[in-house]
Amino acid sequence: MQRTISFTLNGKPTHAAVDDERMLLWFLRYDLGLTGTKYGCGEGLCGACTVVVNNEAVRSCATPMKDVAGKSVLTIEGLEQGGKLHPIQQAFLKHNALQCGYCTPGMILSAYALLQKTPRPTAAEIVKHMDENLCRCGSHLRIVEAIREAADSKERA
Amino acid sequence: MKHEEEDSRENEGMDVNTASLTRRDFLALTGSGLFLFFWVGPLELLPAQLPGRPSYSSDFNAYLRIGPDGRVTCLVGKVELGQGAMTSLPMLLAEELDVALDSVDIVMGDTDLCPWDMGTFGSLSIRQFGPVLRGAGAEARAVLLQMVAERLNVPVERLHVKDGVVTDSSTGRRVTYAELVQGRRIERHIGRVAVKPVSAFAVHGKSPTRRDALDKVTGKAKYAGDILLPGMLHARILRPPEHGAVLKHVDTTIAEKVEGVRIVRDGDLIAVLHKQPDIAEKAKALIKVEYDSPRATVDDKTIFDHLLQNAPQPQVVSESGSLTQGEKLATTIVEETYLNSYVAHAAMETHSATVTIENDRVTVWAGTQTPFSVKQQVAQALGLAPENVRVIAPYVGGGFGGKSASRQAVEAARLAKLAGNPVQVVWDRREEFFFDTFRPAAVVKIRAGLDNAGGMIFWDFKVFCAGDREAKQFYDIPNQRTVSSGGWGGENPGGLHPFAVGPWRAPSVNTNTFARESHIDTLARKAGIDPVEFRLKQLTDKRMRVVLQAAAKQFEWKPARTPSGRGVGVACAIYSGTYVATMADVAVDKDSGNVQVKRVVCAQDQGVTVNPDGSRQQMEGSIMMGLGYALTEEVHFRGREILERNFDTYEIPRFSGLPRIETVLIDNPDVAASGCGEPPIVTMGAVVANAIHDAVGTRLLQLPMIPTRIKASLQRA
Repeated sequence: MQRTISFTLNGKPTHAAVDDERMLLWFLRYDLGLTGTKYGCGEGLCGACTVVVNNEAVRSCATPMKDVAGKSVLTIEGLEQGGKLHPIQQAFLKHNALQCGYCTPGMILSAYALLQKTPRPTAAEIVKHMDENLCRCGSHLRIVEAIREAADSKERA
Repeated sequence: MKHEEEDSRENEGMDVNTASLTRRDFLALTGSGLFLFFWVGPLELLPAQLPGRPSYSSDFNAYLRIGPDGRVTCLVGKVELGQGAMTSLPMLLAEELDVALDSVDIVMGDTDLCPWDMGTFGSLSIRQFGPVLRGAGAEARAVLLQMVAERLNVPVERLHVKDGVVTDSSTGRRVTYAELVQGRRIERHIGRVAVKPVSAFAVHGKSPTRRDALDKVTGKAKYAGDILLPGMLHARILRPPEHGAVLKHVDTTIAEKVEGVRIVRDGDLIAVLHKQPDIAEKAKALIKVEYDSPRATVDDKTIFDHLLQNAPQPQVVSESGSLTQGEKLATTIVEETYLNSYVAHAAMETHSATVTIENDRVTVWAGTQTPFSVKQQVAQALGLAPENVRVIAPYVGGGFGGKSASRQAVEAARLAKLAGNPVQVVWDRREEFFFDTFRPAAVVKIRAGLDNAGGMIFWDFKVFCAGDREAKQFYDIPNQRTVSSGGWGGENPGGLHPFAVGPWRAPSVNTNTFARESHIDTLARKAGIDPVEFRLKQLTDKRMRVVLQAAAKQFEWKPARTPSGRGVGVACAIYSGTYVATMADVAVDKDSGNVQVKRVVCAQDQGVTVNPDGSRQQMEGSIMMGLGYALTEEVHFRGREILERNFDTYEIPRFSGLPRIETVLIDNPDVAASGCGEPPIVTMGAVVANAIHDAVGTRLLQLPMIPTRIKASLQRA
């Protein structure tokens, strides 16, 4: 159904006149040009399209627009604050926790949702939370290290 | 052709085919930047140049320019796939030019701006292209020094350079590269110049933060599907249900009624175009279509017999001693057949391309490992001269060999021409599996024997349909023969494979190493000797001994006969001049057949190391990716229908499979830098198989070692 969906996107009120069954991924990428959110599988199986909705990591390729009405959506473009990288972005940078980088926005946003809920996760909790985010280059080791460090730095801050 | 004619006239002696960077383009690129146009003879380390084919430019200006602000631009036809060439290649140029690393910028994979390159694959960016880039930097530096010597009227020996500043050591007078050239065009060459010796290295050995990291953690990194152009249409292309299916009937009338949809057709290429990809997809689902499908002949179970029956004539790869003599002396003979299935590349970014055509000038953004080949293919498909086509490979979301073929770019170009609008093609995951050029299914048969002292006395190795790369034995066995039938790519007879196969990270070598190192382990068991000791007994290659011993030290390998019940394994390999030894520790759940790899130690000698942390990233990635083909990855098919459609059935490694990984880099300055993007992956099948054997006493002969195969092997035991 065509209607106006209102929600908060990266901190800004947004009103979208869309088919409310349309998947959030397409709206972000091709209506708004927010291409940091990636298409990887289209069925919620790989995590490349992960965004954060009300502090939960969700798959934007499998999230219809109607599901974000009245909610707060965070994409990778909204993570920097005042030109300063988020501690998770900082930690990925420092650990070179990426190779091709295609899964990276989804990885970072999944980690963000984890740290919102569990500020000091154990390694096992990180692995469990991140298990549905796929990385083909094999940066897993460094991603886990980066998330641990980001958790530490958030604790200090 | 006009550009190239102009160029070849101006720059005598230059091969027309190398003139991919025209003067006009160079002007556009450099603005007021420095031109260093002096034509030189071919650099000695270049690969043989084939007549009539493009080759690496022998003019170092193709690879670098120095701006009036002193910043250096490194221009390379290589592509950043994630392997880190964007970070390591500028290190080579900074090293030879004696400029600060952070004063070097890099432009990659743009066929208008960068010199011709054959493609980004085979761990060649450092090993094979590195000497080209270093040679260019060394010669530019020598020319600049000569110019300073003339200006200051001092012998060149008195000059030294640091951070792009040339200083006369007697008087302290200084000239910077930037002020020396002042945007002037200089035409001079001084012939081949030696590159720096290892002892003079100042940049090698540093581990800078990846140059692509900031773009990638902020979402600013643009991939081919992130290029959004005014008026651009997304294409969803009609696909056959299986390879070889012939279109019988198509009815697009309902689909055409969807608002904003255009349907275009050029022969078998039928596509739905819309400004939104999801609407194009929905409209595509409304097309009524019938195909004649070929009768299924093989499937993922019968394929191995099919390959053995249809493999081409075997060729002897290497032979020494006498197998007949060896058999006579053998007291124990072990004969096995090793199998591996087709595996997919499954890069996270599917094949993507965006194309715009303006006045017969085509611009293609493509996720590709081979932008210069794509340029030719697109030109041919559109009936245009190649100079009318510019291909830009922006960030590429993983390649692993799968983006050497770039059919999507040609599709997007054809559709852009038909539509008269810019067109974007992004394959969905099903298309990605369907058109993938899989690592071939293959068979290896090995027959080998021990003499009465427990030493390997003969080795008879036959590989079918994987190719002969690194098939040759490196253990010292007096009587041996290696034979190969077929290859990993297009060198096979038609119909051998039911669909396309091609290079998959370390072509041939995953297959050959799995078989060889598994078999060596079985021989060690028969001899009753610890598998590390057994290998060292017949290993005189010093580099291999060093990596094996380094891995054992880091792993704290404790010698024991196998199976020891501990679940530890070892595997060794040589890959294009890089030596690697890997050890693993696994736990096997006998009830479920599940394997958890707990720890992997990998020691690698890649000669000179350019970027240690970059090398470790590649080693870790190889280890992690290798766990996939070892344990879970297998393409299922029925006839020519690919049954894998998404990541629900095709299981690639996940965080829950992450072992403790320790990498050991062997410092070997005596050997030129070789590749590091592939070597460890080749050991992963065997190291896990050997560790499983050590844990539970059964030998897995088929990859991947999925739980059902493990349970079946336990039941047989």
